[in-house]
Amino acid sequence: MSVATATVSGRVTPKLSLDRRYLPVIGTVVVFLLMLLVGGVRYENFLSPAVISNLFINNAHLIVLATGMTFVILTGGIDLSVGAVLALSSVITATLLQAGIPLIIVLPVALLAGSVIGLGMGVMIQYFEVQPFVATLAGMFLARGLCFIFAPQSVPIRDQGFVSLTNWGLTVGRWRLTAAVVIALLVVVGALWVLHRTRFGRTVYAVGGGEQSATLMGLRVARTKVLVYVISGTCASLAGILFAMFSRSGYALTGVGMELDAIAAVVIGGTLLVGGMGFVAGSLVGVMVLGLIQTIITFEGTLSSWWTKIVIGVLLLVFVILQRILSLRRT
Amino acid sequence: MIASTPQQRPTAATEAEHQPTSPIVQMSGITVEFPGVKALENVDFRLFPGEVHALMGENGAGKSTLIKALTGVNQIASGSITVNATPIRFSGPADARENGISTVYQEVNLCTNLTVAENIMLGSEPRRFGGLDWRSMRRQAAVFLKRMGLNIDPGSSLGSHSLAVQQLVAISRAMVVDAKVLILDEPTSSLDTDEVEQLFAVMRQLREDGVAILFVSHFLDQIYAISDRITILRNGALVEERLTGELPQRELVSLMIAGTSDATVGQVIERNVVSARKSDAKPLLQAVGLGRKGAVQPFDLELYPGEVIGMAGLLGSGRTELARLLYGADKADEGSIQLHGVQAKLRTPRQALGHKIAYTSEDRKGEGVIGDLSVAENIILGLQAARGWTRPLPATKAAQVVDAYIKALGVRPANPQALLKNLSGGNQQKVLLARWLATAPKLLLLDEPTRGIDIGAKTEIMNLVSELAEQGMSVVFISAELEEVLRLSDRIVVMRDHTKVAEIPSSQDVDVPRLIEIIATGEENT
Repeated sequence: MSVATATVSGRVTPKLSLDRRYLPVIGTVVVFLLMLLVGGVRYENFLSPAVISNLFINNAHLIVLATGMTFVILTGGIDLSVGAVLALSSVITATLLQAGIPLIIVLPVALLAGSVIGLGMGVMIQYFEVQPFVATLAGMFLARGLCFIFAPQSVPIRDQGFVSLTNWGLTVGRWRLTAAVVIALLVVVGALWVLHRTRFGRTVYAVGGGEQSATLMGLRVARTKVLVYVISGTCASLAGILFAMFSRSGYALTGVGMELDAIAAVVIGGTLLVGGMGFVAGSLVGVMVLGLIQTIITFEGTLSSWWTKIVIGVLLLVFVILQRILSLRRT
Repeated sequence: MIASTPQQRPTAATEAEHQPTSPIVQMSGITVEFPGVKALENVDFRLFPGEVHALMGENGAGKSTLIKALTGVNQIASGSITVNATPIRFSGPADARENGISTVYQEVNLCTNLTVAENIMLGSEPRRFGGLDWRSMRRQAAVFLKRMGLNIDPGSSLGSHSLAVQQLVAISRAMVVDAKVLILDEPTSSLDTDEVEQLFAVMRQLREDGVAILFVSHFLDQIYAISDRITILRNGALVEERLTGELPQRELVSLMIAGTSDATVGQVIERNVVSARKSDAKPLLQAVGLGRKGAVQPFDLELYPGEVIGMAGLLGSGRTELARLLYGADKADEGSIQLHGVQAKLRTPRQALGHKIAYTSEDRKGEGVIGDLSVAENIILGLQAARGWTRPLPATKAAQVVDAYIKALGVRPANPQALLKNLSGGNQQKVLLARWLATAPKLLLLDEPTRGIDIGAKTEIMNLVSELAEQGMSVVFISAELEEVLRLSDRIVVMRDHTKVAEIPSSQDVDVPRLIEIIATGEENT
C-alpha cells in the first residue's frame, strides 16, 4: 500500500504538495492579487487606502450575503431568495423607523423576518423534499411581494439613532471602516468559527460530501439542512440592514438579481456547487474580486458599466471549468 | 434445515480456552416477512466474543436480512434477540451502534471531503472553549489509526486515500464507540490481495481484544483464512452452524448450493449434449487476457458459433462480471477481444449491440424489463435501439415480429398489449429473451435466465437455448443451478474468487459433485 504521508511520533511531516482543497481558493487569491497589480500599474491612486476602503464599504452587504450563501452551497443547496429578503429587511427597517418605532425593536424584527423565511424554506426542502431551487424561488417571490405591501415607494430613513450608527466609523490614517464593514467582517469571523470549530459546521461539510454517509455516521443531517437556510435568511436580512445604512433608505426594488452576485462570489471564491468543499474566506475574496472588477471599470472611465457583468461572466465560467477539472482529476 | 441441534455444540479444546460460554449476541427463531415472502424463517444465530463468524449463503439466502434484523433496519415478525443475555430490539443502526454493535458496509459510508480525523471522531469529538479541539481530535484519531496499523496523517482528507484505507478508517470509527460487535458486510469486495491481508491483520487484532466479528464475504479462501465459525443460510432458512476447521470447503459449497453436505444424492445427471459446433468452425469471439481490477482476473476465452458455454460458480465469483466485460457494460483494464479474428473495441453496450452481442441481466427487474410498457413495446425496444431512433420501425413490421416471438416462445398471455408487470417471472424472462432475439444476435449472454421462474418455464427456456445454438448462435449460459449448466453446456467454465479456474471441454465427463469440488477448491485435478 502506498501511503504518501506518514506520521512521525504524532507530528505531521510537512507535505511538499499543497492540499487539493485549498487550490480553488488560492486561485481566487492569485486572481485578486493580479487584478490589484494590474490596477496599480495602470491607474494612479488605484492602490490608495481610500479605494481599498471603499471596496469594503460598497460591498459590506454582499460580503454578508455571500457568507450565508456559502453555508447553503456547502450542503449542496442554493438560496435564490437572498436578494429579495435583503430588500424586505431594508423596507421593514425603513417603514418601522418612519412609524417611530424605536431602533432597538426595529432591528431584531427586520433580522427575524429573514430567519423565518429561511426556516420556512428549510422545512420545505428537508421535510417536503422540495428542490432547493424551487423552494427558494418561492421564497424570493414571497419576500419581493411583501416588500411592496410594506412600501411601494422608496422610504427615506431619518431616525437619529440609525443615522448616527451609519455615520460611525473607524479611521486609521487614510483607512476608513464603517460600522457596516465592521459588522460584515465580524459575520465572516463568526462563520469561520462555526464552520470549522463546531459539530454543526463539520456536519454542513459532511452533508455536502454525502448526505447518506452523514446520516449513517449518525450526524444530525435534517437539523443541519434546515439551519443553513435559516442562517442564509438571517444573513440576508442583516445585509438588508447594512444596505439600508449604506443608502439611508428602504426600497422594494433593491437587490434585484443580487442573489446571483452572491452565488457568483461564492463560486469564484472556490466553493464547489455540488457541496462539501469551499471556505467562507474564499467567498470574502470572491466578493472583493467582484468589487475590484467594478472599480477597475470605473477607473477605465470610457467603458460601459455593463462590462462588469461580462467580466464576471467570463471569470465565473473559467472558475467553474477549473473546478470541474479539479474534481474530475480527483475521481 | 439439516441435522443441526442446538445441544450438539462443538467443544474443541481451543474454543473452550479463549471463549466464554455465553454468546454476546443470540438470535433465536428469527422470522422476517416482506410483502408476499418470508425472507427469513425461524433462523438461529449466535456470536461469541473473540471470534470471527462468517455468514455464508447464495443470493437470496437471507444474509443481509439477518444483519438488518440484528441492527434494527428490518422488523422481525417473530423470534428474539438478546445482547449480553438481555432481550433487545434496536430502532436502527445508530441505536445499535450506541449499544456496541457497529456495522461497516460494503460501500464505505464516510465523507471523503472531510479529514480522516473527523471521519473517525465526529459525533464523539473532543471540545475546548465550546468548539472542536482539532489538535486533540487528531491525536485521539491517531491512536485509533495506530490500532488499525495505519500510519497516515489524521489531518489529510479521506478522499486522498485508497479504498482499503478508507475501509480501515470506517472500522476505526466503529471502534470509537467501544464496539463489542463488529459487522463487516463484504468489506473485501473492492480490495486487492495486500489490502485484504491488512484488513485481516486488523480483524485478528480485534479478535484478540475480544471483539465479536460478523463477517460476510463471497471469497471462500478469505473465509477459511480468517473465520472461526461459519453459519450457512439457504433460501431464508438456517442450514448449519459449524466450526470452520471442521468443515471442508467442498462440503461448505455443497451446503450452500444444495442444502446438504453430500450433493450427489439423486442428482446424477448425464451430459448428453450434442454440440452443434462444426469441427472446422472459427471462433466468433476470442478474449485474450481480458480482465478488470476488482472484478475479473485476466482470462482467455473462445466462443464458437453453435455452442453453449455454461458458466458455473458461486454468487460473487465473477461470472456476471465476466459477461459484463464481454458486453462492454464494464470496461476492461487489460486484454483484448477479437471478433471473427479481427481486433474489436467493446467499450459500451451500444458497440456490443453493433457487433450483434446481446446480454440479458440477472437483475431482470432492475436492468431488464420495463414493467409499465406492454409486451410488444418491450420486445421492440432492442430492435428499435439497434436501428437508431431516427428510423422508426414500421408498425406492420413491428406487429409481425412481436407475433412471431410471442408464438415461438410461448409467451402467456399471448396478448401483445398486456403490461409486462402483470406477467409471471418466467414469461417476463421470455419477453426479455424475445427482445434480444429480435435483434438477431450472433452471441447471446444469458445471466441467470432461469432464476425465480417455475419449472415449466425453466424447461422451455432451456430448450429454446439449445435450439438457438443449433441454429448457429453462440450462447453463454450463466446459472447458479449446476444441473442446468451440466444439461445445456458444450463447454463449462468454472469461476472462483473472480478467477476463471477451469474450462471443461465437452469430451470430458463431469457431474455435479465434481463441479462442486472444482468450485470449492479451484483445482481441476484432485
